[in-house]
Amino acid sequence: MSNKYQRSKEIFDSVDFRTKKGYNLDINVTIVTIEVIYVNEIEFKDVSYNRFGNKILKNISVKFEGGAIHTIVGPSGAGKSTLIKLINRLIDPTHGSILIDDVDIKTIDVIDLRRRIGMVFQQPHLFEGTVKENIEYGPMLKGEKNVNVEYYLSIVGLNNEYATKDVKNLSGGEQQRVSIARTLANNPEALLLDEPTSALDPTSTEIVEKLIFNLKEKMNLTIIWITHNMEQAKRIGDYTALLNKGQLIEYAKTYDFFTNPQNEITKLFIQGKLKEEVK
Amino acid sequence: MSVLSLTLASSLVLISIFVSCYQKLGIEKEIVIGTIRAVVQLTIVGYILHYIFAANNALFTLAMVALMIVVAGNNASKRGKGIPNVFYFITFSIALSAAITISLLILFGNIHFRPQEVIPVSGMIIGNAMVASGLAVSRLKDEIKNRSQEIEAYLSLGATSRQAAQKVIKTAIKTGMIPTVDSMKTLGIVQLPGMMTGLILGGVDPINAVKYQIMVTFMLASTVSISCFSVTFLTYRNFFTKYHQLVSDL
Repeated sequence: MSNKYQRSKEIFDSVDFRTKKGYNLDINVTIVTIEVIYVNEIEFKDVSYNRFGNKILKNISVKFEGGAIHTIVGPSGAGKSTLIKLINRLIDPTHGSILIDDVDIKTIDVIDLRRRIGMVFQQPHLFEGTVKENIEYGPMLKGEKNVNVEYYLSIVGLNNEYATKDVKNLSGGEQQRVSIARTLANNPEALLLDEPTSALDPTSTEIVEKLIFNLKEKMNLTIIWITHNMEQAKRIGDYTALLNKGQLIEYAKTYDFFTNPQNEITKLFIQGKLKEEVK
Repeated sequence: MSVLSLTLASSLVLISIFVSCYQKLGIEKEIVIGTIRAVVQLTIVGYILHYIFAANNALFTLAMVALMIVVAGNNASKRGKGIPNVFYFITFSIALSAAITISLLILFGNIHFRPQEVIPVSGMIIGNAMVASGLAVSRLKDEIKNRSQEIEAYLSLGATSRQAAQKVIKTAIKTGMIPTVDSMKTLGIVQLPGMMTGLILGGVDPINAVKYQIMVTFMLASTVSISCFSVTFLTYRNFFTKYHQLVSDL
């Protein structure tokens, strides 16, 4: 992530979360000055990953463009979670390399990389304590004090009263929003989302979808979103990729992916027949 | 105690064999083997100790203590099966706790460096360190397995392996220490510990026996905390790579 992509000191004053798609979260954002660095591209070059002799990912080569939402779909066990864990180096590929803006991620300090590429899991995995303590965790590790908890809560549509609440007393949807706020508190340049809404009810799912959509629109974040839900991929994805048995079957603009699939396996997947027919 | 009265006491084992036969427990063979092994092992140890006490040689004493540490390390390492080098980590931790505790007891004048005192005291220390470190390692392994996603959540926020494992390290150390702390609370009320019982049977005044028991209590508290702390901090690193990645297949 070289400095040429850095657009520093961008001022977010009175961010309007009403977007062109009509999403409105009724959020008041305080005026803050943050340094924004953009990821222009995440590239997989012939990446394979083996575990216990099983080929979990096979020769993946793909470029994820910056500032867009890329949804990854595919049956269970296709290697979707493994794919995104490679990007923030929770695991390393057995073969091949991953580049962010032409820089091999192995040359970036791993702790620094993880701060820049935030991750949200299926389960929120909030730490014991208050909402505030959770949000402050990442910045605190960097030695930052005076974290603007109110700002990060406002981004996820929660008011400042939540700051002092014990995380145990939050609903599933609220917990997931706090987990997103906790990740955002590191000011990431890209987000990896591993089925963040699969454990949520429809209302909470809608809130999280709008929130992530707004983050992309307003902060120009690069987002890679794993989902089991094809309708969700259609709603939110700028691009969609299909993984099946560790192979990247198709990657295209979401509209083209669903209306004009090029691969037979993609067609089966869209028809909901993939599990049964392709073994 | 005469050999005859000891032989007569062995008839007590017949009661357990009777219970096993009567209730068809099918453990008569185990009882017989267990009894024979206990008699043979204790007799051999008795003769070895007799020889070492008579020789009063520092090297022999230390060799005996070292042997006890290695056997204890080997036994406790079964609790951490699959973790690389776990035998060495546990053996080192037991040795460290024994070395620190015994040195302090000698320094404070509680015991003297004589085989009659060092060997039995080391036995108690090593036995407790063995149980405590085995418990700590086994809990550490289970906690890391069960909380792998939570640990990855910490790592993904930029935490180091040490920071991400902080909670499981705490739980593991606590698990190893709790049995000793719990038994300290009920000491003398629920249980009269082995050492005190032995001293009283040997004719020592109960007040004096209590003094020794209090010393033993202090020393066990130190032993289990040192061994659990050491073994947990040495072992947790095995679950992470140098790039702060969780190795989940241990």
